Amino acid sequence: MADDTISTKELIKEENLVYKKSKILTDNEFHYCPGCGHTTTHRIIAEIIEEMDIQSKTIGIAPVGCSVFMYNYMDIDMQEAAHGRAPALATAIKRLLPEKYVFTYQGDGDLAAIGTAETIHACNRGENITMIFINNGIYGMTGGQMAPTTLVGMKSSTTPYGREVSLMGNPIKMTDIVVNLPGTYFVSRQSVHTPGNVRKTKKAIRKAFEYQALNKGTCFVEVVSNCPSGWKMTPVESNKWMAENMLPFYPLGDLKVPEE
Amino acid sequence: MEEYVLMKGNEAIAEAAIRAGTDGYFGYPITPQSEVIEYLAAAKPHERTGMVMLQAESEVAAINMLYGGAGAGKKVMTSSSSPGISLMQEGISYIAGSELPCLLVNVVRGGPGLGTIQPSQSDYFQATKGGGHGDYNLIVLAPASVQEMADFVSLGYDLAFKYRNPAMILSDGAIGQMMEKVKFKPQQPRSKKSPDWATTGKTPDRERNIITSLDLDPARQERFNEKLQAKYKEIREKEVRYEKIQCDDAEYLFVAYGTSSRICQKSMQMAREEGIKVGLLRPITLWPFPYNEIRMMSGQLKGILSVEMSAGQMIEDVKLAVEGKVKVKHYGRMGGIIPTPDEIVKNLKQKIIGG
Repeated sequence: MADDTISTKELIKEENLVYKKSKILTDNEFHYCPGCGHTTTHRIIAEIIEEMDIQSKTIGIAPVGCSVFMYNYMDIDMQEAAHGRAPALATAIKRLLPEKYVFTYQGDGDLAAIGTAETIHACNRGENITMIFINNGIYGMTGGQMAPTTLVGMKSSTTPYGREVSLMGNPIKMTDIVVNLPGTYFVSRQSVHTPGNVRKTKKAIRKAFEYQALNKGTCFVEVVSNCPSGWKMTPVESNKWMAENMLPFYPLGDLKVPEE
Repeated sequence: MEEYVLMKGNEAIAEAAIRAGTDGYFGYPITPQSEVIEYLAAAKPHERTGMVMLQAESEVAAINMLYGGAGAGKKVMTSSSSPGISLMQEGISYIAGSELPCLLVNVVRGGPGLGTIQPSQSDYFQATKGGGHGDYNLIVLAPASVQEMADFVSLGYDLAFKYRNPAMILSDGAIGQMMEKVKFKPQQPRSKKSPDWATTGKTPDRERNIITSLDLDPARQERFNEKLQAKYKEIREKEVRYEKIQCDDAEYLFVAYGTSSRICQKSMQMAREEGIKVGLLRPITLWPFPYNEIRMMSGQLKGILSVEMSAGQMIEDVKLAVEGKVKVKHYGRMGGIIPTPDEIVKNLKQKIIGG
C-alpha cells in the first residue's frame, strides 16, 4: 500500500468529503435503469436548488414519461402534468406566483411531440420559467417506441427496420426552433455522459435558474441523454453510441446567451 | 349601493369573476362565449385586483394552466363552448383526479362536431356524467338568467373549494348572449392565504406538497377512488339545488333547466289558462341532480315532460328519479333551435295528457 492512500477511517471524515448526496434528493431509490441520464440530471437540479437555497421558492413540474415520478425524488413542491402540458402548468404557476422559481422537466416525446404547441407558445410568450428537456431519442417508459427526436435509421419498437424519412419524417431539433423565438433568454444543449459534460450541464442549468430572477424570458436547456434499456445497450455502450451518433446531430453548446 | 346594470350573460360572468376575487383566468376564444375573455381584457383586472388573465394557445393549454394554478392553491377559472370543453376533458379529469378546485364555464352551442354557434343543451351528459376518463363528477350549476350567471361564479368557487372538486357553470348560447339587468356583489378581495396542500414552495415546517393523480398501486388507487366516491356521496346529500314553480297543485310537471326552464314558465302560464294544472321543477344543480325532490312529487303527478334543447339527455335522470311510477316523455329541439312555448304545450297535450 502506497503512503499517500487514505484509510477508510480517514476517508469518511467530514473534511475529506468531496461529494455527498444533495439534501434536496429524498431517500427514495431511483427507479431509473442503471446508467440513465435522468438520474444525473435530477441530481444536478437538486444540487442547484440546494446551492441557491431556493427550496422554499421552487415549484417543479414533472412530465409523463420515464421521469413521471420525479416528485418522488425531489424534496420540493411538485405537480405532475398531463402528457406534454408541463409548460402550460408552469405558465400559470409562475404568473400567479411570480416570486417563485418554476421549472419544467420533460422528455422528448412530452416536449417535442405531444406538447409541441405548449413548448413553442410558452417560449414565444417568454414565460419566465426554466425548461429542462431530456432528449434520448426514444420513448423509454412505454417500451422503446420512436420519439420525434429518434435519429434517421435508428431502430425502435415502432421503427424496427430503422427510422425512414419517407415514412416518419426527420428528427426534430426543438432546441434549434425555440432559440429562434424572441421569448427565449437563454438556450443551451448539454449532455451528462462524462464528468466534464456533467459539470457543463450543471453550469447551464444553474444559469437557467438564476436568470429567472431577472424576469427576462424562458430559459431552455436540452440534455442529450442515453437510454441503455431502450437502445438495448450497456450504459457504457450507450454513452459511446450517443457521443458517436446523437451528438453530431444534436451538437452541444450554448445556442443563445444573454448579451452582457 | 350597487345599481342594476344591463349586461350580456357572458359579460356578467366576467365581471363577477373579477369581483369574486379570481386569481387567474385562462381561456381561448370560441363563439358564443368570447365576450368573457374580451370583457376581461378590457376591464384591466390586473389593475383592479391583481388578477391574472391570459389568452392561451388552445383550450388544451388553458385547462392545463388551470390545473397548474389550481394546484398552486389559486382561484382559477376558464370559459369555453362545447367543442372547446371537449378538448379540455383530459385536463378536467386530471384536476378532478388531483382533487383540485376550479371553475369551468360552458356556454353550450349545438353539436356534434363543429355543429353550430346557436344555443343548445346537448352537453348535459358530458357535464353531469364525468365527461373525461375515470370515475369522477363535476359539480354542475345551471343558470337561467344573467343574474344567475353572475351569482353562480362565487357559488361555484365556494363549492369547488369546499369539496376540492372542479365546478362547472353549464349555460347556453342564449343566456350567454342575451342582455338582462344584473346586480353584482361588492368586490371580494383576492385570498392572501394558500391552502395547506398547495404547491407554493416547500418550507421547513411542512412536508413537500405533490399534486398528482397517479398511483400505480391498484389497492391504493382503489382506496383513492373510494375516497372520491365518499366525497361525491356527501355532495349528493348536501348540495342539491332546485326551484319549484306552481308545483303545489300540479298534476303535470315540466322538468327543465336554463333557457328551457324560462320557456316552460310561459308554457305553464298558457296551459294553466286552459285549465291544465302544470308545474315546473327547475334543477339548479344538474349534478347533484334533484332525484329525491322529483321522486317525492311522483305521487301527485300524472305525467312529466322533460324539456331540453337536446335529443333527450336529462330525461334519463328524470326517469331514474320516478322509478317508472310516472310517465316521462321528452320534448326538445336540436341544432341550435329554441323551442317555442306553444310547441311545448302542444307536446304536453300530445305526449303526456292525450298519450
